Amino acid sequence: MRDELLSIIEKNSKIGLNELAVLLGADEAAVLSEIETLERDGVICGYHTLIDWEKTSIEKVTALIEVRVTPQRGQGFDNIAERIYNYPEVRAVYLISGGYDLLVILEEKSLREISNFVSDKLSTLDSVLSTATHFILKKYKDHGTILAKKREDEREIITP
Amino acid sequence: MTKELSNKVFSIKPSGIRKFFDLVSEMKDVISLGVGEPDFDTPWHIRDEGIFALEKGKTFYTSNSGLKELRQEIANYIKRTQGIDYNPDDEVIVTVGGSEAIDIGIRALVNDGDEVIIPQPSYVSYEPCAILANAKPVIINLKAENEFRLKPEELLNAITDRTKILILPFPNNPTGSIMDKADLEAIAKIIIEKDIYVMSDEIYSELSYKEKHVSIAALAGMKERTILINGFSKAYAMTGWRLGYACAPKEIIKQMTKIHQFAIMCAPTTSQYAAVEALKNGDDDVAMMRQEYNQRRRFLLNAFKEMNIPCFEPYGAFYVFPCIKEFGMTSEEFATRLLQEEKVAAVPGTAFGDSGEGHLRISYAYSLDNLKKAMERLKRFVERLREQA
Repeated sequence: MRDELLSIIEKNSKIGLNELAVLLGADEAAVLSEIETLERDGVICGYHTLIDWEKTSIEKVTALIEVRVTPQRGQGFDNIAERIYNYPEVRAVYLISGGYDLLVILEEKSLREISNFVSDKLSTLDSVLSTATHFILKKYKDHGTILAKKREDEREIITP
Repeated sequence: MTKELSNKVFSIKPSGIRKFFDLVSEMKDVISLGVGEPDFDTPWHIRDEGIFALEKGKTFYTSNSGLKELRQEIANYIKRTQGIDYNPDDEVIVTVGGSEAIDIGIRALVNDGDEVIIPQPSYVSYEPCAILANAKPVIINLKAENEFRLKPEELLNAITDRTKILILPFPNNPTGSIMDKADLEAIAKIIIEKDIYVMSDEIYSELSYKEKHVSIAALAGMKERTILINGFSKAYAMTGWRLGYACAPKEIIKQMTKIHQFAIMCAPTTSQYAAVEALKNGDDDVAMMRQEYNQRRRFLLNAFKEMNIPCFEPYGAFYVFPCIKEFGMTSEEFATRLLQEEKVAAVPGTAFGDSGEGHLRISYAYSLDNLKKAMERLKRFVERLREQA
């Protein structure tokens, strides 16, 4: 049940317990206890909403920042990652294989705020060697969901 | 012109679905539960392979029986799912959908007046195909109390000296019914004893929710007398690619290939290349779709239970087949009123044979949101009928 439960709520965290139990063919008490276990164990880390901010009047700028750092003895990358992820404007921090070390996703209201963050906060950290900032121009698909206009059902209405 | 057209074709009734379709197509904002094809797009990697084949200029005919590579993949697939060995060189033919395989399979087997046993409710093409082949369709009216499975005694009653083929359409469209191994063993025993052929239409084989589908061809002594039909439409959401296949003893495939060769030449080449990819790398897609269908199936069964409409639990395909007899209307009346009053389109059970009377075919090849809206409307409709009664 666990895998199927996770795959359902990953796509729809709003789903009610009753409906979830029906879809899984399990009883509500069992589903509830499974969810509680998953929350307690930190498998389920939160319930978020996917918003296409472009359709609102709220300005948002998102940047992907590649960061090269010097790992610290005994700490590896964890320490520096923590220094970065503690900033609330940082949406995500990933350790990456390849040409750089950390990928930082930053969301701000303006380009200026992003450049301030990079120049004042990120670049000044001792172990940061270099940064490269990329701005997101348009989101086509996010969290597995296509943000473009929804497609109509083009099938015939009745087929054998 | 004054010369008359074919009497035989004249004698065939147009599909019962057609009439309902004409009615639906005049209306707006209809929520449909009426389709017999997946709502998923063909998985991208499969479409991409079709595009790649076009880019590479693979736009020629293939051999009559289909790309060698595809026939090999089909043989591998049947081996790994059913444990049956088919020789891709002479026991497999690639057809234009499962429908063509049904047509040429029947034509390859029957002589004038031979009887073809067709359990109903079932897909609409068996009966006309048998008639066009100068065979005589013999209908078995499957029963709701048997969950629309074919029972050995029903088969025995239908067999005569002229019986040539039993059509075995499971998992079933429109009922969603399946035949498990024990059911099939009882049927196989009679088939062997009476020395007849089976055409096993397994187009929904991947959409089986209880246990893995078992083909009757996998049972002892059955491969030599079975035409196994399957295809890509339902499992891989590839209806528009028009691609299916038949596996059978080489003597039968040889005759089928002759008809196919002259009527069709070969199945679409682009589709065949895409299908190779589907069989090689499509298992995860099928599993994903099956899981989603299964959730919707459970949702609908629960919805009918809450509405107090009897509906046996179907374990296959993507249909439920609820019973609406309590409302004292024919299936067609019920479906028509449901359409007119609540703008929900479901196909009357009678479109698939007389024994579908009293039932509706509800397809769950729709998003859960769509199904929810439809069930709200159906609930409203049913409550109104009950108040009036």
